[in-house]
Amino acid sequence: MSAPVKIDFDTWQALQALYSDYASAVDSGDWDLWPTFFTADCVYKLQPRENHERGFPLATLAFDSQAMLRDRVYGIKETLFHDPYYQRHVVGAPIVRQIDDQGRLHCEANYAVFRTKLDGPSTVFNVGRYLDIVVSTPQGYRFAHRLCVYDSEMIPNSIIYPI
Amino acid sequence: MTTTACSGPDNLHWEGGGTSRIPFAVYTDEQRHQRELDRFFYRGHWCYVGLEAEIPNPGDFKRTVVGERSVIMTRAADGQIHVVENVCAHRGMRFCRKRHGNTTEFVCPYHQWSYTPDGSLQGVPLRRGVRQDGKVNGGMPADFNPRDHGLTRLKVAVRGGVVFASFDHEVESLEDYMGSTILRYFDRLFNGRKLTILGYNRQRIPGNWKLMQENIKDPYHPGLLHTWFVTFGLWRADNKSELRMDAHHRHAAMISTRGSMGQASGQAAQVTQVSSFKESMQLEDPRFLDIVPEPWWQLDDKVPTAVMTTLFPSVIFQQQVNSVSTRHIQPDGHGAFDFVWTHFGFEDDSPEMTERRLRQANLFGPAGFVSADDGEVIEFSQQAFDSKPQHRALAELGGREVGETDHMVTETLIRGMYEYWRKVMEAPEHTAEVQP
Repeated sequence: MSAPVKIDFDTWQALQALYSDYASAVDSGDWDLWPTFFTADCVYKLQPRENHERGFPLATLAFDSQAMLRDRVYGIKETLFHDPYYQRHVVGAPIVRQIDDQGRLHCEANYAVFRTKLDGPSTVFNVGRYLDIVVSTPQGYRFAHRLCVYDSEMIPNSIIYPI
Repeated sequence: MTTTACSGPDNLHWEGGGTSRIPFAVYTDEQRHQRELDRFFYRGHWCYVGLEAEIPNPGDFKRTVVGERSVIMTRAADGQIHVVENVCAHRGMRFCRKRHGNTTEFVCPYHQWSYTPDGSLQGVPLRRGVRQDGKVNGGMPADFNPRDHGLTRLKVAVRGGVVFASFDHEVESLEDYMGSTILRYFDRLFNGRKLTILGYNRQRIPGNWKLMQENIKDPYHPGLLHTWFVTFGLWRADNKSELRMDAHHRHAAMISTRGSMGQASGQAAQVTQVSSFKESMQLEDPRFLDIVPEPWWQLDDKVPTAVMTTLFPSVIFQQQVNSVSTRHIQPDGHGAFDFVWTHFGFEDDSPEMTERRLRQANLFGPAGFVSADDGEVIEFSQQAFDSKPQHRALAELGGREVGETDHMVTETLIRGMYEYWRKVMEAPEHTAEVQP
């Protein structure tokens, strides 16, 4: 684990906003917002910690373009039968581990997602860590990579919405 | 206990006497569940435990289960694979806590009894007592023989890189257990090439374990519940298909060849009128379905694109185009099971084929475009069963009889499974281990 990198206040604030806005978007129920946080050739993966740590490439979801994320949104809205639920992300403050020679920010943050079904209590649904590469675009900061490595390896039946 | 045409010894009412109307109570009773564990998982049957490729080196082990019992699949120094129960011979502790690893011995932390990977007891602390002030205190009795106190060893069978185990050392051979029909489909997938492990997905489904067997013996739902299957022609009632079973009707293979995408004509048009068919649906990124046929798909003069094999009671073998996996059913009480997916590839896969298998894996598993909703429907079925155990489900598509077909417009495989289930569950206790 490398030491945190010093960043200026504007960068810090923009990064905070990116993480907070993302959480707000994926909890809003407006799934079309989700792909807008990514670059066109992004990578998004949701991977159990076991696979990540043992070097197994399988991810529970593995998308390598923004178009795939839009296909997933279509699936959530139109094709995947599922029990409706609310989700609520609580995301820790991101830490910048590295700024690479292309100026990309390598960040990580802990997250917890709670799930609330319509007739039930709120439960801890998925807990893990984001490992991200954030890039500056004309529209602001976007995720070029977002790897969600989750501890909650025994999934409570299914995961439908974006983490 | 009485036996009539419609009532088993445990007083289940089978409407009509056959297996086309399945009592909800087969899914809701804990005592019946214990009998299932005993008769299907612990006696007379082989259960899936893993893949050889998961423990490639001497000393490697993987903790897994047979039914609800914790077992360890190990590879001894001589390369031999063993399966031993994770219960210390001394005080019964479930001593192995790691999910996988490499070791020369297993030590129970409680009193440090130690075992070799084949389950032999090799060390008992203070066995010969403690010498103090010129005399020996305590120790095990003189007639204590470590050879009598190893871990419980299961019978092991390995075929095509897949490892099976049974607590029942009298069980028939794995090949006889599968039967020649199912064996051909098993050997098609596991044809001797070394497997490579791509990784795991795990989900806990709050429903009875049999519902997962039924889900993969049910060719009726995929072209209806699963929009992706019907819209992209991956699984549709108008695809060329076959349903095959072993002689006992406990195992099955659903074989399908991908048909046309988009609208069908004539009689087949019915399948594109189902509400889940989406004529205008197109993928923004078509790489999800970048399907490349592989030579091993061919069997005789046919080249199926999907073969879903259910091996009763513990496992499903999946081939859906380029995505291959094992799905291990691990019961936990009558109302829940863990479902563990092991995705794999083959040693001669190109990097592009590995990428393709990983990308197509998005269709499957607990978040998959296709499979996520299978877990959901099982959960909601169980909810209804629990609230109304005196009621029954219907499985009458294609008739009330059991038999193989060359189409998928039938629930015959479910009826077949319950025909076998009834034979075993209704047998008197002393003959239950004799297979019909």
